[in-house]
Amino acid sequence: MKLVTAIVQPHKLADVQLALALHGVSGMTVSESSGYARQHGHSEIYRGEEFTIDFVLKVKVEILVTDAGADEVVTVIADSARTGEVGDGKIWVTTVEEVVRIRTGEKGDVAV
Amino acid sequence: MTLLEISSGDTAWVLASAALVLLMTPGLAMFYGGMVRANSTLNMIMMSFVTMGTVGVMWALYGYGMSFGDSVGGAGIIGNPIPLLGLQGAMGDATAGTLPAMAFVAFQAGFAIIAVALVSGAVADRMTFPAWILFTILWGTLVYFPAAHWVFAFDGFAAAKGGWIANKIGVIDFAGGTAIHINAGIAALMMAIVLKPRIGFGSKPMRPHNMTLVMLGAGILWFGWFGFNAGSALGANGLASHAWVTTLVATSAAMLAWLGTERIRDGHFTSLGAASGVVAGLVAITPACSSVTPVGAIIVGVVAGVLCALAVGLKFKFGYDDSLDVVGVHMVGGLTGTLLIGFLASGDAPGTHFTAADGTVTIVKGLFYGGDASQLGKQAIGAFSVLVYSAIVTLLIGFFLKAVMKIRVAPQAELDGIDLEEHAEVAYDLSSVRYTAYRVNQRLVIPASKPEEVNA
Repeated sequence: MKLVTAIVQPHKLADVQLALALHGVSGMTVSESSGYARQHGHSEIYRGEEFTIDFVLKVKVEILVTDAGADEVVTVIADSARTGEVGDGKIWVTTVEEVVRIRTGEKGDVAV
Repeated sequence: MTLLEISSGDTAWVLASAALVLLMTPGLAMFYGGMVRANSTLNMIMMSFVTMGTVGVMWALYGYGMSFGDSVGGAGIIGNPIPLLGLQGAMGDATAGTLPAMAFVAFQAGFAIIAVALVSGAVADRMTFPAWILFTILWGTLVYFPAAHWVFAFDGFAAAKGGWIANKIGVIDFAGGTAIHINAGIAALMMAIVLKPRIGFGSKPMRPHNMTLVMLGAGILWFGWFGFNAGSALGANGLASHAWVTTLVATSAAMLAWLGTERIRDGHFTSLGAASGVVAGLVAITPACSSVTPVGAIIVGVVAGVLCALAVGLKFKFGYDDSLDVVGVHMVGGLTGTLLIGFLASGDAPGTHFTAADGTVTIVKGLFYGGDASQLGKQAIGAFSVLVYSAIVTLLIGFFLKAVMKIRVAPQAELDGIDLEEHAEVAYDLSSVRYTAYRVNQRLVIPASKPEEVNA
């Protein structure tokens, strides 16, 4: 099993969710996150004081998939989250040792 | 004093105004509470509320007497509180002008409360609550009550002899530019110096956490200020109506002026700028609301809006942590309004006509309205007398508190937020994890060693 983690622009979340749903992905975990990479923060003046804002607000999407499904899910997310501008985000895939569905105790691919 | 007959109209208006003025302090609590970081909100609000407690009680016991009792020796320095202890001498048939004395007591109580509460903006996030409570008692007694006597106690109104600034100098300060705003503003500066800056001041962002609360507070302040200014006519008449209108238009103009200044300097029209502009305008028109024309009031508002918007940046240059800009708004705004009277006082405004005991009427005119510089000189004497007195005595109170008690919370408590440390509460209990972490009457016992079977 794989864990697909994607950092995307907040305003692209709805597009990503729709594309994944159409692709047949039945669940995801979403959280707010902040960070910077090539898209650095920016500065602004507020009440006469200059602020630099290092961290940019992003959304983190996490999806558990079977080994076979990972590549397609990554493509679906990348296509739906892309604007072409700096700051579109990143996607990475990690191997997951075990998945357990708490309600039933099922393990492995059936629990994904 | 039973010189004039009691007017039911005047009494009704002043009692209604008294309630409006008292509402300003909860308004200030919201205004200040929204401006601090989220984990200091309750402490900020509580500093205003507890002032309604301490000064409210003090006012009845001896504060009204110190402010409006017959001036001791006729010198205009301090009222004699003895006949008015517990308001004994203000009950029954006692009058103040055309009011029952008690209506005047009620009206002026709100002034004393908000003057003290204003200072709390400079000590945000770091002053221990017991030290603040003691500060309200000492500062109210030693600084506000005398200053109120100097400025607000007119000869022959509530007592035969009143304060020196009002009667001997002849300063025009209709509703308290000197006694309230310059006074609280300079005191805020002194307390910011005594307390030293917050941890991270100038390097960490300390932006307002809830601008909707700030805007609500500014709105309540503006509403209450009609009682403050128009109520200071102490009658339901043309003078009150004039003050009402100037209070509206000066504030409107100041808000626009602040927004414009900010847009040119920083690039945005911020809601904090709008709220601050409203308060700057209200402060500046407070002394001048009876003595300038509506156009004069607009000028007062524009000047105050621009000057205060520029003044609030000075704390970063000089390194004093006037957290919520009490100095930049109240001291600068108060000085602006008080001194501008010397330029803008108009014979057309009702508050410039003074009738002497023998019936002769003098009309005060400012430099721009056909007068000479004499009134400007008087205004300056009034403003700087209060400024210097308040600065010295506040500094002494600050150092006294520092010597006898813990005046600042521990660094860790300051970083975690003063609300939990001083009040055992948080303003926004939104985390279900934190909520679940509290247990009632039980303690989670963690065994000292792991059970056998886990190791097996």
